[in-house]
Amino acid sequence: MAADMKFAKTHEWIRPEAGGLATVGISAYAVEALTDLVFMQLPAVGRKVKAGESIGEIESVKAVSDMYAPVSGEIVEVNTALPGQLETLGKDPYGAGWIVRIRPDDQAEMGTLLDQAAYDALVKS
Amino acid sequence: MSSTPLRTPLATWHETHGGRMVDFAGWWMPVQYASIVDEHLATRQAIGLFDVSHMGRLTVEGPASLAWLESLLTRRVADLAVGQARYTLVTSDEGPDGLAILDDALVTREADAPDGTPRLAMVVNASNRDRVVAWLRSQLPAVGVSLADRTAETAMIAVQGPLAVATVCVLCGDDDAGRISGLGTYRATRAVVAGQPAAVSRTGYTGEDGVEVVVAADAAEAVWQAIHDAGRPRGLKPCGLGARDTLRLEAGMPLYGHELLADSDPFAIGLGLAVNLDDAAARPRRFPGRDALAAMKRSPAPRVRVGLAFDSRRAAREGSPVVAVGLPVGTVTSGSLAPSLGHAVAMALVDRAVAAADTPLDVLIREAAQPAKVVPLPFFKRRAPQT
Repeated sequence: MAADMKFAKTHEWIRPEAGGLATVGISAYAVEALTDLVFMQLPAVGRKVKAGESIGEIESVKAVSDMYAPVSGEIVEVNTALPGQLETLGKDPYGAGWIVRIRPDDQAEMGTLLDQAAYDALVKS
Repeated sequence: MSSTPLRTPLATWHETHGGRMVDFAGWWMPVQYASIVDEHLATRQAIGLFDVSHMGRLTVEGPASLAWLESLLTRRVADLAVGQARYTLVTSDEGPDGLAILDDALVTREADAPDGTPRLAMVVNASNRDRVVAWLRSQLPAVGVSLADRTAETAMIAVQGPLAVATVCVLCGDDDAGRISGLGTYRATRAVVAGQPAAVSRTGYTGEDGVEVVVAADAAEAVWQAIHDAGRPRGLKPCGLGARDTLRLEAGMPLYGHELLADSDPFAIGLGLAVNLDDAAARPRRFPGRDALAAMKRSPAPRVRVGLAFDSRRAAREGSPVVAVGLPVGTVTSGSLAPSLGHAVAMALVDRAVAAADTPLDVLIREAAQPAKVVPLPFFKRRAPQT
């Protein structure tokens, strides 16, 4: 796992990419906790979002959960293949299971998120 | 609700086998072990093993017990044969129009006492147990009936699926195995299962063949483990309440608090069979709420229970509005992905005008209209058992 990956308390991960972009997904812990995923709704490309704003829904057999933008920015790409093969989230949550790419308004905002150790401590508590 | 949930005799087993435990109706229960979908499909294809010890188990005994229950329940019970079970409603006349449906229940006439005194068992919902017991106690006659709540001293294990009965039978002696495999639906017998005295009934809440087994609390883990181990090579999975809910939904079975409420019209929700207004000789029966139920039967309710099928996997949930050409026509009472079908289904109460099969309707799921159509219940019907 990339050392520069950060996590939101709401279980999204974000990883900086070349060209000032960042990739966002949901953590393996969250996928494991949800289980039995049946539906995902992605945001529109071009949408401007604020940190903490809902960028879509993920639904399991038991419940619907929102997915939140870990930082403010513009949605520049969405993983359109993912809703049709949600099992990818379980197999490769930090790779092929990516959800959106975002152009952060402020790269420094990622620094306010949890690092891997802090996130691991959060979900184990 | 108390802050510490009650533990069934199998709670420790669930915790040590990966059960994701939740407080359900005041009980510490597994909602799933790994995957609700896998547990659901194991029950449809092989065997699902369910701890249903949270359900309330009552016994009613004494020379007047049959007559007393006959005077209290919506379903005729006076003519129950030994070893026969019936689904009934438990009503009081303390509601706004002289009717409150307190619960739905399964009442079984177990083997008579050696002196011929009838013994009956009732299974009620965990969420309603306290008020059902309180109501029944308030109606007890001075003599002739004894009522006991056996929930804490017993455990109840549901073994459901096409291979369930055969699996339980391998844990029984030849005589008991023969009697269990010969049980008709809604029939019950005493047997020794995995060395433990048990009450076995051909009943369940999944739409599958299977049995429910009641044993003493201190025997529960041994019996559970024996069924688990015998069924494992045949594809058994322990199942949580999540799969129990998706299975009963596919089977079109109502759940108290969702399809069935205190003021429901049973005739509008497909539970008319649970209400016998008259006795076998067509004379009016007497039971609490009978007049209100008779009035409901005379004046059909505007909304009826239907099944809704979706093309998508996105599930409507309880409370989702049902609309037709933009106008509200009903409300979803339960909804989920149907794992056996691969798409979402829901049960809903809708206006009679839109209740016919194949009627296209929209369900608002988080404000987005999702197309659905009315389909007959149950959504899933098991194949005839192979012989």
